[in-house]
Amino acid sequence: MSEVRLTLRQAPSVALEAPCVRPDAFATLSEAAIARLPVEHGREVVALGEFFDVRGEHADQVRVEGDVRRVKRLGAGMIGGSLIVAGSAGRHTGAGMSGGSLVVEGDADDWTGLGMRGGRLVVHGNAAAAFCGAAPGSSRGMTGGLAFVRGSVGVRVGERLRRGVIAVGGSAGAYAGAHMVAGTLVVRGALGPGAGIGLKRGSIVAGGALELLPTFRYACRYRPGYVDLLFASLERHGFDVGAMAAGAFDRFGGDHADLGRGEILKWTAS
Amino acid sequence: MTDGVPLERRGVAIRDTYAEAFGMRATRLVITAASPRWARIGADALTGFATSVIGCKVEAGVEAELGPSETPDGRPGVSVLLFAFDAAGLGQRVVERVGQTLLTCATAACFDGLPGGTERAPMGEGLRFFGDGFQSSKVIDGRRFWRVPVMEGEFLVEASVGVQRAIGGGNFLILAVDAAAALAAAEAAVDAMRRVRGVILPFPGGVVRSGSKVGARRYKKMVASTNDAYCPSLRGRVGVTSALPDGVHSTLEIVVNGLDRAAIEASLRAGIDAACRPGVVEISAGNYGGKLGKHLFPLHALFAEAAR
Repeated sequence: MSEVRLTLRQAPSVALEAPCVRPDAFATLSEAAIARLPVEHGREVVALGEFFDVRGEHADQVRVEGDVRRVKRLGAGMIGGSLIVAGSAGRHTGAGMSGGSLVVEGDADDWTGLGMRGGRLVVHGNAAAAFCGAAPGSSRGMTGGLAFVRGSVGVRVGERLRRGVIAVGGSAGAYAGAHMVAGTLVVRGALGPGAGIGLKRGSIVAGGALELLPTFRYACRYRPGYVDLLFASLERHGFDVGAMAAGAFDRFGGDHADLGRGEILKWTAS
Repeated sequence: MTDGVPLERRGVAIRDTYAEAFGMRATRLVITAASPRWARIGADALTGFATSVIGCKVEAGVEAELGPSETPDGRPGVSVLLFAFDAAGLGQRVVERVGQTLLTCATAACFDGLPGGTERAPMGEGLRFFGDGFQSSKVIDGRRFWRVPVMEGEFLVEASVGVQRAIGGGNFLILAVDAAAALAAAEAAVDAMRRVRGVILPFPGGVVRSGSKVGARRYKKMVASTNDAYCPSLRGRVGVTSALPDGVHSTLEIVVNGLDRAAIEASLRAGIDAACRPGVVEISAGNYGGKLGKHLFPLHALFAEAAR
């Protein structure tokens, strides 16, 4: 069999922490060994097989089925392989992942992609708060890879982003790209208040409405060359950049309350 | 090396000899701009004065014109190839030339055309300092690009370029009844050879009228001097052993550099075939007895392989 399939028998009564669900780890394990992997159900440590039917072994292609909205840390720390969540995923999905491909076919809960270091993370639905963000108190958020959400995201997407690309097909909640150090955040729709607050370097590409902080200054209207490279890359990965494929951008430099070497590129059709 | 069997195409004899070429390092740059016109202006400027490493330190030329679907940023473009003896020297030339001709060229951007190159040479890494601290970079799909602010907007240039082993100095000679016939044959050959990807013809119009021999008879300081054996005006001169058959009054050379042997062979084959036309007496090739370069291209073998 070329795939390991996990099917949740019934939703756990409290959150189930399952960071053991990693395709790179499954590649070397038998079906029985996978079923014996430890997960935390509340205060108890139990075997993965108590909650999931396990089918398949020795494969780095993994599919998780069932209502796993209360299953946390799926694919956390994964370094390779492919993980597909056939539905909505719980918190911390893909946190700290550094390689491979993780696809959530439904919605993703808070902290998805937290501190992501590499690989490709795709959410077909919406993502809740702190998508590809930073842990509280951490100086770094995402440090590499590509992550995109076809729908909308909650507050603090891409907080303290240091490297990598995040793209959002819908709108973003408050404080998008807060305290970014570098990297690129693309939002096709509207951005909530406080976008780019504390921006040191890096780029926020805003396709929709945006309430700019007063600490950003207008520079010019143009179409930076790298935007077309970036959009071509996103399109290759399956992200539709929509109307931003043409038009120009108003460049606002900031955040001048901080280092001020970042930019918000506000799309305009003209 | 040679087969001793006479070969001709459309009445033109192809001498049983070989072209002698040598190992070089090469890179490919993809230049894009707002329009094909500006991409070509940038490419022509970048590849100017780059005919021979002897005097120009680099050999360069346009490889192909590219449509928007063939370029990284979806704009019209031109790919150019540059050749030098080593990766370090090639990197220096790239930085010099891109800095002087593309940084300055309206709307132009410059990308690595050999992203899989086994060696790397700096490009944007050496040019970013023009930004005086205002430059910034982006990493997209694992490739770093520098954004250098300029008065027009931004100059986008890839941080480094791939370098690979390559071959320089592939050639053939067109021996014709007069200068007009030689030129017409050379033009036909160049048109055919430029349709082959992976090669450039670094000399003006792809043609060399002043083929050279190694060193000089009279001047010690000269590293190359006129190829007297093929100069029609020196036929019969004391001390000159002419290589020109009777009836030949003009010779032109086509020099081709390529990324690999197959590209050079395809180019030579296309060029020689196109050059075999009325007014041409013979096709020959330049070599140094096999002492200069390790890449030999027997002319007859080009067509034997094509026949197979």
